[in-house]
Amino acid sequence: MAELNAVEIRHVSKIFGFGEFAFAAVDNTSVSIRQNEFFTLLGPSGCGKTTLLRLIAGFEYPTSGEIMLNGENIAAMPPFKRPINTVFQSYALFPHMTVAENIGFGLTMLGKPKQEVKDRVDAMLKLVRMEALAGRRTSQISGGQQQRVALARALAPQPKVLLLDEPLSALDYKLRKDMQIELKRLQAETGITFIFVTHDQEEALTMSDRIAVMSSGKILQVGNPREIYDAPADRFVADFIGETNFLKGRISSVTDGIADVDTPVAGRISATVPRDFHAEGEVTVVLRPEHATLCQPDRADASQMTGTLENVVYFGTDTHYHVRLSDGETLFTLREQNKPLQSARFAQGDRVGIALEANAARVLRN
Amino acid sequence: MARTFSIRRQRGFTTIAMICFFALYLPIAVLVFYAFNSGESLAAFEGFSLRWFAKAFENQQVIDASLRSLQIAAVAATIATIAATMAALATTRTDAYRGLTLKYAFINQPLMIPEIVTAVALLIFFARIKIWTGYSGLGYLIAAHTAFCIPFAYLPIRARLENMDLTLEKAAADLYATPWKAFRYVTLPLLWPGVLAGFMLAFVISLDDVVITEFVKSAGQDTLPTYMLGQIRRTITPEMNAISALFLFLSICVVTVFFVVNRKRV
Repeated sequence: MAELNAVEIRHVSKIFGFGEFAFAAVDNTSVSIRQNEFFTLLGPSGCGKTTLLRLIAGFEYPTSGEIMLNGENIAAMPPFKRPINTVFQSYALFPHMTVAENIGFGLTMLGKPKQEVKDRVDAMLKLVRMEALAGRRTSQISGGQQQRVALARALAPQPKVLLLDEPLSALDYKLRKDMQIELKRLQAETGITFIFVTHDQEEALTMSDRIAVMSSGKILQVGNPREIYDAPADRFVADFIGETNFLKGRISSVTDGIADVDTPVAGRISATVPRDFHAEGEVTVVLRPEHATLCQPDRADASQMTGTLENVVYFGTDTHYHVRLSDGETLFTLREQNKPLQSARFAQGDRVGIALEANAARVLRN
Repeated sequence: MARTFSIRRQRGFTTIAMICFFALYLPIAVLVFYAFNSGESLAAFEGFSLRWFAKAFENQQVIDASLRSLQIAAVAATIATIAATMAALATTRTDAYRGLTLKYAFINQPLMIPEIVTAVALLIFFARIKIWTGYSGLGYLIAAHTAFCIPFAYLPIRARLENMDLTLEKAAADLYATPWKAFRYVTLPLLWPGVLAGFMLAFVISLDDVVITEFVKSAGQDTLPTYMLGQIRRTITPEMNAISALFLFLSICVVTVFFVVNRKRV
């Protein structure tokens, strides 16, 4: 038998309100989270990801369904009995306690002997590199340090699962990048299953082993970052994860998982068809902005689409181009990496061609 | 620089403020001043002396009334604070529901009901109970004081609770604290300044009460304020001033202690 899943959500619904005001924050959702996994719940605000996290933590109880922790149904268990700890978005550090007292709180509540609590607190302080600030009040340390204390406090009782509710959203860019690496390191060192909630797709892609994309209380796709990015299950996922171009077209033939799609704006495009998907008739083709390059419009061998360059946005690492295609409606986005000492090849208003890389296009389910 | 409206820059502000302060504190200053009069008069200062303070300290009735006042205030304020803390927890740690505002009103009603009405009601009510039970101790005064002290204790405690981050209690529960432990180790320590403020306020309000005490007390149950009222009806000597000055001093002490303790904890 395969290893027991760390957390299994089985047909869980959470309905707020009554009668005509009833609203399903989580709507008959099922998902399995494996042992020692860095699992991310990703979605826009209001999609139900935080509610799902609170259901796992025990701050809310599901209207229906089961929540299994290592094979045990904990759906009705109060939070203080669940071997699950949370890092709150606001950190929720106890302001009347020192850093060390905060970290030791969980162990003290579990009735561990004083010496064990002290040893464990010291170990946690070391783990998050906060030894020097053990005696400080939580109001006397910076936001990044508070974040570390919140992490140490949640990790100290060695929970089976650690829940993280958008913990990096209050930090500035540089600190957030550091903490992303720090979180990955902590997860690897402790071997604890992390369930991470975020609305930041870049954060989700860089940190997760697997991602669940949520919308309107439902999980739309679960997969590793590459699967989510390269093979989005539907239009919502494709649109939410990274920038995407959508082209409408009609399938003329399919051979070995590659479809020839006739599009009004780009002529015939070869597009990958998802496995187990019978594609025919009208379809939508998705194209990532970095899988296309600008070229001269008259280069018949490379150019598949032509249009007018409407906008050039410089991003430092790369430049984004917005091209109004020849149909006068579709706005196509491209992203090209910037090379040293390279001046802009095209300017706003230029006629340009767009060359697609091989296997760039993909047929979307529905 | 943007000039925002500042009341302090309005013409006449300083004058009005000074008049208000004088009206407030001048009579008190005069009262305290004449406590040190060596003569018997409240109008002609004959020289500095502490004789009226000495006299007050020798007066057994004053000592008895003072101790009784402190005793009633301590017990009533303690019970009122506990009740107010529970009421505040019950009215803030809940989602808003129909009837919650009505409950606020009920708890705070003693602030609105004319004190004389409560006093008369209690006089009649307790008279019955005294006949039925035969008990005529301090219990009636303590019960009455507790009742009108509750809203004063309730308001600062509720204010403190409303400003408290509810996530902290969730965090405690998340870290294996049972509801009681979460209250004991997280909510109560954070609530403490509010509880203390509520207690001090209730204590001072109880100490100061005249109307209800006058109506409810049995014979020989004078508190310091009702004793003073009784004395003033007869003859006024600077002894009253001395007692008032001491009373004032006590109140200032209570408030100062509260202020210092509260500041250290924030």
